[in-house]
Amino acid sequence: MAFNSLSEFLMMGTHAVYVWSAYGFSALGLTWLVWNTLATRRKTRDTLRKRFLRNRTR
Amino acid sequence: MSWAWFHKLGSPKWFFSWSKPWALPVFCFGCLSLLIGLVWGLVFAPADYQQGNSFRIIYIHVPVAMLAQSCYLALGVAGFVFLVWQMKMAPIFIKAMAPIGAVMALIALVSGAIWGKPTWGTWWVWDARLTSVLVLFFLYMGIIALQNSLDDQVLANKAAAVISVVGLINLPVIKYSVVLLETLHQGPTFTLTKKPDMPPEMWLPLLFAVIGLYCFVAGLLIWRMQSEILKREYRSSWVKQEVTEHGL
Repeated sequence: MAFNSLSEFLMMGTHAVYVWSAYGFSALGLTWLVWNTLATRRKTRDTLRKRFLRNRTR
Repeated sequence: MSWAWFHKLGSPKWFFSWSKPWALPVFCFGCLSLLIGLVWGLVFAPADYQQGNSFRIIYIHVPVAMLAQSCYLALGVAGFVFLVWQMKMAPIFIKAMAPIGAVMALIALVSGAIWGKPTWGTWWVWDARLTSVLVLFFLYMGIIALQNSLDDQVLANKAAAVISVVGLINLPVIKYSVVLLETLHQGPTFTLTKKPDMPPEMWLPLLFAVIGLYCFVAGLLIWRMQSEILKREYRSSWVKQEVTEHGL
């Protein structure tokens, strides 16, 4: 392990601001991508299912 | 050599059923490998003797930057395939891939800028590497904007394919800008021809992160392509069956 304590790890030497903001932004971007992908998937299926079911009863 | 697989790959129905079992396992494996790489890189890898701990940004910056370029290469190939063979799957691939590539390019730019501040003393310089990656980001955004603004699907397919192919010119500029031109950016971390300059305890976690992110993106890509296939093929009976019979 490269650090002796949790606080030392969080401080990242003197570079806490840089390291954590870079990782924070990256996590935000990747999370958005996953959310967007799954939301599109759900929405597409829901919309199509509703359309098909509506047409069947008519 | 049989070309049957090539023709099959062009069929949305075939791709949909073939790719169905793959998305989740590939995505989960990607997340796991990425997580291992990042935790290893952040907690266990030794600090750099010059850069200290800010060097740890490499574990997200390099994988994301590699993906940003690989995604575009794939777009260019798909665009070419579409323009030459009119393959139905190619525009679906481009539509699904472009937003992923855009996010990758954006993260590469932002994490690079943040890394640049303590290392070079500046957030941004207009040199060849940084500028060409910014162009890459705009290419992705251009493709997305075109697809969203053109109502005519045939035209949108063609326009996106043309930009994808033309934008390929940018890739060698990105790749060789750090080797051939004067730049602040350091040279490539991984090359196929020689061993990395870093010790293994530094580059092994990076390898995990790179492989992980590739699989992460592959899983997302499959899901996005599946959604796009359902949207475009909604008239076929198999889509109706798929959507009404299977829960999710």
